[in-house]
Amino acid sequence: MTYHRPEFRHPDLPTNELGYTKKQYEGAISTLCAGCGHDSISAGVIQACFELSIEPHKVAKISGIGCSSKTPTYFLGNSHGFNSVHGRMPSVATGANLANRELIYIGVSGDGDSASIGMGQFAHVVRRSLNMLYLVENNGCYGLTKGQDSATADVGSMSKKGAANPFEPIDLCTLAIELGATFVARSFSGDKDQLVPLIKAAISHCGFALIDVISPCVTFNNNSSSTKSYEFVREHIEATGKTDFIPMRQEITADYEPGFSQEVTLHDGSVIHLYKKDENLDVHSRLSALQAIYKCKEKGEILTGLLYLDPDCEDLHEIIDTVEKPLRDLDEKALCPGNASLDKINESLR
Amino acid sequence: MQQIKSVNDFVIRFANVNGTGSASANNLFAKTIFRMGLPVSPKNVFPSNIQGLPTWYEVRVNDKGYLGRRGGVDIMVAVNPQSMAQDIKGVEPGGYFIYDNTKPLDVRLHRNDINLFGIPLTDICRREYTDPRQRQLFKNVIYIGALAAMLDLEFDVLKNLIHDQFKGKEKLISPNIHALELGYQYAEKNFSCPLGIRVERRDMVNGHILMEGNAALGLGALYGGASVVAWYPITPSTSVVEQFEKYAKRLRIDPGSGKRNYAIVQAEDELSAIGMVVGASWNGARSFTATSGPGVSLMNEFLGLAYFAEVPAVLFDVQRAGPSTGMPTRSQQSDLLLSAYASHGDTKHVLMFPATPKECFDMGAASFDLADRLQTPVILMTDLDLGMNEHFSEPLEWDDSQRYDRGKVLSEAELEAMSERYGRYLDVDGDGICYRTYPGTHPTKGSFFTRGSSRDHYAKYTESSEEYVDNMERLLVKWETAKHYVPQPEIRPAKQSTDIGIIYFGTTTASAEEALDILSEKSIHMDALRVRGFPFNADVESFIEEHDQIFVVEQNRDGQLRTMLINECEINPRKLKPLLCFDGLPVTARWIVDGIIGNEKTNNVIPLSKEVTV
Repeated sequence: MTYHRPEFRHPDLPTNELGYTKKQYEGAISTLCAGCGHDSISAGVIQACFELSIEPHKVAKISGIGCSSKTPTYFLGNSHGFNSVHGRMPSVATGANLANRELIYIGVSGDGDSASIGMGQFAHVVRRSLNMLYLVENNGCYGLTKGQDSATADVGSMSKKGAANPFEPIDLCTLAIELGATFVARSFSGDKDQLVPLIKAAISHCGFALIDVISPCVTFNNNSSSTKSYEFVREHIEATGKTDFIPMRQEITADYEPGFSQEVTLHDGSVIHLYKKDENLDVHSRLSALQAIYKCKEKGEILTGLLYLDPDCEDLHEIIDTVEKPLRDLDEKALCPGNASLDKINESLR
Repeated sequence: MQQIKSVNDFVIRFANVNGTGSASANNLFAKTIFRMGLPVSPKNVFPSNIQGLPTWYEVRVNDKGYLGRRGGVDIMVAVNPQSMAQDIKGVEPGGYFIYDNTKPLDVRLHRNDINLFGIPLTDICRREYTDPRQRQLFKNVIYIGALAAMLDLEFDVLKNLIHDQFKGKEKLISPNIHALELGYQYAEKNFSCPLGIRVERRDMVNGHILMEGNAALGLGALYGGASVVAWYPITPSTSVVEQFEKYAKRLRIDPGSGKRNYAIVQAEDELSAIGMVVGASWNGARSFTATSGPGVSLMNEFLGLAYFAEVPAVLFDVQRAGPSTGMPTRSQQSDLLLSAYASHGDTKHVLMFPATPKECFDMGAASFDLADRLQTPVILMTDLDLGMNEHFSEPLEWDDSQRYDRGKVLSEAELEAMSERYGRYLDVDGDGICYRTYPGTHPTKGSFFTRGSSRDHYAKYTESSEEYVDNMERLLVKWETAKHYVPQPEIRPAKQSTDIGIIYFGTTTASAEEALDILSEKSIHMDALRVRGFPFNADVESFIEEHDQIFVVEQNRDGQLRTMLINECEINPRKLKPLLCFDGLPVTARWIVDGIIGNEKTNNVIPLSKEVTV
C-alpha cells in the first residue's frame, strides 16, 4: 500500500478506443492492507473496463459494508459509487438499475455481506435476473472486525487464532446456479489472466453475472491451514479451462484445439471462447457445472473459471416489460396523465 | 315502546361472517345513500382472516356533513350468529335490531328497550336457490332489499347501482335485482315501513367522490411521477401499490411501444423494498414504497442511511394497531415516534398527515417534490381507517401547468460550465441543501461516492470530528428549511374567544370537528389546530403559546404527537392534555366529547377543570 501515488504517467501509455489511458479508470488510493487480494480485483476491474473501452461515468459502483465493499472507491474514480448498508447492496443495485437501464452496474460484496447478512437479498437478486456484475471478494472471514469466520469458510479451515471452523460452508456459485443465475464463474485474485477476461465477459453479459473471487485476507486468514490462504488456493486450484473474451469488433485469431473448446456469442456480439480442460464440461448446462464443482470439491480442489452461462436470458427490465428509455429520463408528459383523466376517475367514483 | 326517530341521521351496523360476500352488499347500501345526495361514511371492521370470522360494517348517515364515527348503533343488521349476543347489546335504547329469524332469537338475548325485526333470510334463500354459494351471497342482497323498504331508500337507485356493478357480467343483474325485491316485499308485507328512521334525498354531494385513501395515494404517486415502485405486501398498505398498478396499466403505457413507463417489484422483504427505493432515487427516478408499522421497523437502517447520505425516498405508512403484529386489521396512529425518529444516531424525518382521500392524493404527489427538494426521506402517515375505508371526499384535481420540482440537481451543461470544484455536501445556498448529480451525467465532473459513513464537503471519507459536526449541523439547517416546505397546519378558530385549544391530525379530524360542534352547543368553545406536517412550523408553537390548556387527541396509547410537540417545541408540557383512543376502532365524536367534559367512561384522560367547564 502506498500513501502517495505519483501523478506522473508515461507519455506513451497505451490508450483504448476512447483515447483513455488506464489512468482514467483508476480510483482513490486503497487503504486496505498491503497484499490484500481485494486490491488485485480492483486492478482487474480497471483493466477490464479499460480494455472494453467503457466510459467510466457510465458505470455505477454499488457495495454493501465490509473490506470488500470499500473497494469501489479504489477503481473508476469518475463513476458514481454507493457504499450502502451491510448485506443490502442487491436491493440498492436493483433500484438503481430500474431507474436507468443504460448504465453498467458493478456490485461489490464480500462473503459476510453476501453469504450471511445479505443472503436473502443475494438469493432474490439472482432470481430477478438483474443485469449486473456481482463480484464477491471472498476471503472466508470478517476482516473489519478482525478475523471471525464467515459463512464461506470451509469445514476444518483454521483461523489465525488456530480454531477450526466446524460449520458447513455456503458455496455462492452452486447456490447461484440453483437460483437461476445466467453467468456464474469463480476466480482467484492471484490469477489476473483468468480474472480479467471473466470480468469482461460478465460485464458484456446482459443478465445477472456472479464472479465469486477467492481473495485471501493477508492479515487474518492467510495462514497455511486456512483454505482461503494464498498458499492453499495456489496448491488446490483447478480451472474449467482458459477463458478468452473477444469483443464484438475483433476477429478471432487464436488457434484452439478442436473438441476442447466452446464458443459462446453474447447478445452484444462479443464472443467468449472457453478452452476447456475437461471435454465433457458443458458451459450451458447447470447439471454439468454442478457436477464439475462437486467433483473438484470431493478431491479437495477449488474449481475456478467460467462455470455456467446462458447468453439468451431475459433481464429484469425485459421480464417486467419496461420502456427502453431510462425511467429516470421520463418527463411529465410520459409520467403524468393530467387532469382530464382525473375527471374520468372522479366520475367513476360517484 | 320508544323508537328512535330521525331523518338522515343515524348509524347502522351490519354484523356478518367474513368471506360470505357481505362487503359488496353492504357497500351497495352505502353507495345508495351517497347517490341519494347524502354524505356517507362507511367503516369496515374486519378480522385478520380470509373466511369464517365475524366482520362488521358500520355506516354513518347524516345531512349535517359529519363524516367521522359518531358512536353508538341505531340499527343493527345481525346476520352472524357468532356475534349476535354482542351485537344486540350494542344497540342504542329505542334502536332497531334486524336479524335472521329462520331460527328464533335466543330468549336470553331479548331486550325490551329495542325494536326487533325478524326476516327469515335463510328460509327465503333455501326456497329460492339451490346452489349453496348463491344461498349465501343472495342472503346479503335480500337484507339490503328489506332495508330499502324499511328506510325508504330509492329502489331505482339500488337497481342502477346493480347495473353499474355488473357491467360486463349482465347475466348477474336480474338475479340480484330479484333478490333485492324479495327482501323489499317481505319488509313491505310484514313491517310498517318506513321505520322511525328513514332516508330522504338531499343535494349535498356537490361533486364529491367516495374513495379509499389507499387508492388516492396510489393515484397521487402516479401523478407525482413515481416510476419505480418496490414493496412487500402488508395489511393495510397492500392496496396502495395494487391501485397504483391498476391505474398505471391504463395511464402509464408508452403509446409507441406498448411498454410500461413504470416498474413495480415485489421485494423479498421491507428492507429490500426500501433499499430499492433508495437505489432508484439515488439514480434519479421517483420511487416509493408502501408499508405499515412492522415494515417501518425493518426499514429503519435504510432510513438512517437516506437521511445521512441525503438520498430522497418516499414512504407511505398505512398505520395499524401495534406493537408487533398487534391488531393487523385495526386502525391506529401509533407509528409517529417510530417514523419521526427512525434509525440509530441523531435522525429525524419529514412527515405528512393526510386526513381525506383528496389529501392522500395531493400529499402523495407532493411527497416526491418534497423528497427531491429536501433530499431526504419523506414519510406520509396515513392509517387503516383512511386507507381501506371509502371516504366522502372532495374530487381529485390536477393543475396541468404544474411541473415537478426535481430539486437541486446539476445537469451535464451546468457541470461543464463549473469552474470551481464540485462538492456534493457543500452548502452553497446556505439553506442546508446541497447540489446532487445523477450517475452518468458528465464524463469527468460531478461524480461522487455516496456512503453512510462520515465524509467531507466533497464526499470524501473522513473521520475528522470537525467535518462530522459540521455536516450534522448542516442537516439541522436543512431541517429548518423543511419547515417552510411541509404542509402548514389548518387552524379552525372557535366561535368565540377561548383559551382552550385542541390539536389533532389525520383520521381523528372528522370526529373531532363534530365533537367541537357538540361541545360548542354545551358552551365549551375551543380553537382547533390540525397538524399536517412535521417538522412543526412556527404556527404550531404559537398556537400552543396562545392557549392555557390544549387537548391533544390521538389514536395511540402513549400520546406520541404530544411527545413530539414537547420534544420539538419550547413549551410547557403541562398544558398538553392527552386524549387517547387506541382500541383499534376509528375514534368517535362522542368519545372525544366525553373525554373533554370528563365523563367517567374515559379513564385515561385528565378532565377539563371545573372552572373552565362551568
